[in-house]
Parts: sequence; C-alpha cells; structure tokens
Amino acid sequence: MRIAIVDDSGLRASVLEEGLREAGYDDIHLVTPQGAFVARLERLGPEVVLMDLGSPSRDTLEEMLVVSRALARPIAMFVDQSDETMIGAAIDAGVSAYVVDGLRKERVKAVLDLAIRRFNAFARMQSELEEARTALAERKTIDRAKAILMESRNLSEPDAYALLRTTAMNQGRRIAEVADALITAAGLLGGTP
Amino acid sequence: MTPIALAFLPLADSAILVAAKEKGFAAQAGIALDLVRTTSWATARDRLVYGQVQGAHMLAPLAIAVTLGLSQHPAALAAPFKLNVNGNALTMSSAFAAALDPDPARRLEDPVATAHDFAAAIGLHHRKPVVGVVHRFSSHALMLRYWLAFAGIDPDRDLLLRVLPPSLMAEALRAGEIDGFFVGEPWGSVAVTAGLAEIVAAGTRIWRRGVDKVLAFREDWLEANPELVDRLLLALSQAADWCDDPANRAALAALLARPDYVGEPAERFLPALTGQIVPRIDSAAVDIPDFVLFGREATGFPWRSQAAWIYSQLVRWGFAAPTPESLRKATGVFRSDIYRRALSAAGLPMPGASMKLEGALEVPLAVGSHRGPITLGPDRFFDGRVFDPEDIEGYLRSLKA
Repeated sequence: MRIAIVDDSGLRASVLEEGLREAGYDDIHLVTPQGAFVARLERLGPEVVLMDLGSPSRDTLEEMLVVSRALARPIAMFVDQSDETMIGAAIDAGVSAYVVDGLRKERVKAVLDLAIRRFNAFARMQSELEEARTALAERKTIDRAKAILMESRNLSEPDAYALLRTTAMNQGRRIAEVADALITAAGLLGGTP
Repeated sequence: MTPIALAFLPLADSAILVAAKEKGFAAQAGIALDLVRTTSWATARDRLVYGQVQGAHMLAPLAIAVTLGLSQHPAALAAPFKLNVNGNALTMSSAFAAALDPDPARRLEDPVATAHDFAAAIGLHHRKPVVGVVHRFSSHALMLRYWLAFAGIDPDRDLLLRVLPPSLMAEALRAGEIDGFFVGEPWGSVAVTAGLAEIVAAGTRIWRRGVDKVLAFREDWLEANPELVDRLLLALSQAADWCDDPANRAALAALLARPDYVGEPAERFLPALTGQIVPRIDSAAVDIPDFVLFGREATGFPWRSQAAWIYSQLVRWGFAAPTPESLRKATGVFRSDIYRRALSAAGLPMPGASMKLEGALEVPLAVGSHRGPITLGPDRFFDGRVFDPEDIEGYLRSLKA
C-alpha cells in the first residue's frame, strides 16, 4: 500500500513514517505541502494520503483530488463514515486521511489507528517540550527576582523566595507572575533588572 | 453561560464573530463563545460536519455544496445568518495588470471594460494565467467565473484556477506560482502593500450586493437548540451593527489584527472597512463605500433567492445536476425563517418576503417590512442581468446565449 504523508512539520512526518515502517509498511513518501506538491502527489499516485488536519493546504489537496486525472479512482476523506468514534479520534488528533475508493476497510483502519496514535504522541511530546521550556524560563525569572530582593532588602535567598511566595498567595497569582512584575518595577525604578 | 464553539478563517469577514466575543455581545446573551481559528475551509467544514464545533464561518456556496453532497461527507447544513455581503477583491500581479487600463481607478469603476481588457490580457500573457481562488465552492470563484464569462472567457479553458488558502496567496504570487487571486480582505491589500500586485476588480462592482460568507450549523443541531440559536443570532446582529458603525472601525481593525484572529497589521484592514481601496501601492484610494457590509440593510438576512442564485451557478458550471430536489435542498440551506424567528422578537425591522429578484435594484429601495422600513441598497449585477428565482432555467438559457 502506497502511503503519502503531507505535512509542514518534518518532525511529525518522520515520527509518523517511523511508526508506519515499524508496522511493516514500506512504500511511504513524505511530501511537504509547498509549491508543486500536487504534481508530486499525482506522480506518486498514493492509495492513502495522510495530512495534518490543520494544514492550510487541505483545500488545495481536495481540489486536486477532484480534478486529477492521474488518480483514476475517487478518493475520499476517511474510509468508513459509520465509524464515528474513529473519525472523532482522528479529528481530535488532527489527522485527515484521504483514501482511494475500494481499499479494504480493515487495511485502512490499521493505518489510521497508527496515525492517530503517532499524532497524539507527537502532540504530547510538543506540549511536554513547551512545558519544559516554560518551566525553565520561569525559574530564570524567579531567580532574577530573588536576586533583586536579596540585594535591595538584604534578604537571604530562602527569605526572598518566601516573600515572593507569600505575595503570590495573597494576590492569588503565580510566583512567576509576581517575579516578572517585580523585575519590571525594578527596571522602571532604575535598579538592575 | 452556554458554551458555543465556532470555527472561523482569518479574514476581515470574520469580524462579526470576533466582535460578538470581544465586545461582549455574546456574553450579554449568556453565551461563552469559543472561536476556533482554522486555516482551510476543508477543516472548518470537517470540524462542523463531525461535530467538533457547533457552527462555522463558511463560504455560502460551500454550505450548499456540503448539503448537496458535493464536498466530501454529505451533511444537511443550515445558514440562518449571513456574516457579510461583498468584501472580496481580484488582485493581479503588476506584470499582468500592465496589460489592463493604465488608470487603476478606472479598472475598478468600469468592470465591463476591465472584463474585456482581462480577456485581451490573457492572450498577451506568456502562458495561461493562473488565478488563485480559495475554494471551488467559494462565492468569489463563482463571481470570477460570472465576470469572465461575460467577456467570452471560459474559465475552465482559458485560465488555470488554482485553489490556495487566503493567507498563502501573497506568498504564492511572490514565488510566481500564481498570477493573481480573488479573495477576501485583507489579503488583496497585503499583496498591494508589498508592491507585488494591483487590485483590478472589486466583488461589489461585479454584484453590488453579492452573497459571501454565512454562519453555518448542522441542521439537526440548529433544530434541537432553538432557544440558544435565537440568543446567538441576536448577539450577532448587535455585533453586526457595531462592526458597521464608522466610529468603531479603528477598534475593529485592532481586534482583527490580533494574532489569535487574523494577525496582520491593523492598517491592512482599513481599506475594506472604510471603503477606501488602494488599488496600487502608489495610487490614490478609490472610494467604494459598499466594499463590505456587515449590518446595514439587514445584511444578515439569508435571502433564499441568493441561495437559488448560487445553485444556478453550480448548475451552470457543471458542479451540480439540475433537479428540483437539489434546488429545494440548496434554497433550504438559507434559513430566513430562523432569522425571522430569532430577531423579530427583538423588534428589529424584518423583510416581509424570503425571495426577491436579485440584481433588479438600480437605486436604494425601502421595502415592506414588519416594524419599520428596511432600505435595500442597489444590487445590480455589472452586466445588468436580473436573476429571477422562479425562472432559473430561463436565466441559465440566457447566460448560454
């Protein structure tokens, strides 16, 4: 079964490709949705096209599926409209799949299941990465705010942190927000932000 | 607060949805509006059809096409509210535009002459011109076809129509992949400001009151939630009036500019909102006061005759087979009954009919309406043809002749 993966994110495409290869699919082609990608797809003649649901190029792809002469058989989104759970899961995961008519349902379902799992795994990985980045940035902010307090009010590090924490609790805000405000204020007052 | 999720595309004509949320009209109606930004019409359609959102900002012809089963999974959609009238511009590369009238203002003011010039320019171009449209079932693609066919151009033979999302048009033009595009603002003005292209025709000069985007729901959801729909429509109609008030233009432009909405500089929206269209980077603005309408003239009212016009064009270009069943389904997408139910209780003026001749008004006309007059603006097609929804066959015959 020839599968084309159309994705702007090279990383997600590789994650998906790797999963498909592990599952024994070997006729897989990565296509970035730029420039003449439609012509490339026509030459490939895939039986399944997997695409990021959020990709701005989906309208272009669908138009090609309607007018293309290279793809003799009609190709439609998702394979079995009766499987609503699957379609829901695919949309939640951000996967859209275009499948050539006549392909056996179970064969496509296996591919789609895998794509959903990989897309979800990728999204989790992204959000964990994002969380880690935010956490790192917040720790730096809090450290700077502590340093300002330690210097200007002659506090020990634990006391400076305790002060930030108490202020945050009293104001119902996050420590990082209070720290950020303090850095801004110190900057305005001419201290070393 | 009742949560409602609506999908939208980054375009100036998402204005009413953005204003309903940001200016508190939805909240006053007890609705927590969640606007889901999507970059393709296919995704807005799928989120709606498969129930991820309750409603979607949608190309009116696409809502009809989905209902007729012409665009992926068929689903009965219902559009009780139009989000705008007009608002699109045909923008061509400077190289192509050079073969048209040298005065960019005259091109806009005389769409008859420009259509003929366009036909001649196709012959002068070094290859078949590639014109970007956002979808085969977009209002402006149908309008472009209508306009070009007038000058003897067969859009399927003499041009390549390429489908691209609105936000990628300017880049595709820069890369030389397309020679022009017909889309909603601000994307034409974005290409003009970048010095890449010139606005050579405005949708409103092709059809003075051209149907464009609607708010579409799944029909079953719409029928199951009458009270909620009524509240939402009232909030949207207040937002529509707010959007059309000249005093709010700067605020509206600033809202649309936000990265979670359209994400282009606020000044890019002003040509469309003020009707001061700058067709070429160095030229004076051309005054087109009805470039886009949101609230005046009961813009939101979904005239069934306008759905019938869309159906006639789908038949004309071979997208749909002409059957009484298709016509019934297509006009049934425009739910003037729901609009009337939702908004007459609030005492708003309301058209008495649901069908009218399209393109028959030369000058503004006060029409029969419950509770106070409504003035309908001139709605002529540029070629002077009138669409009678009772005689679609005759209309299509006259277009062939």
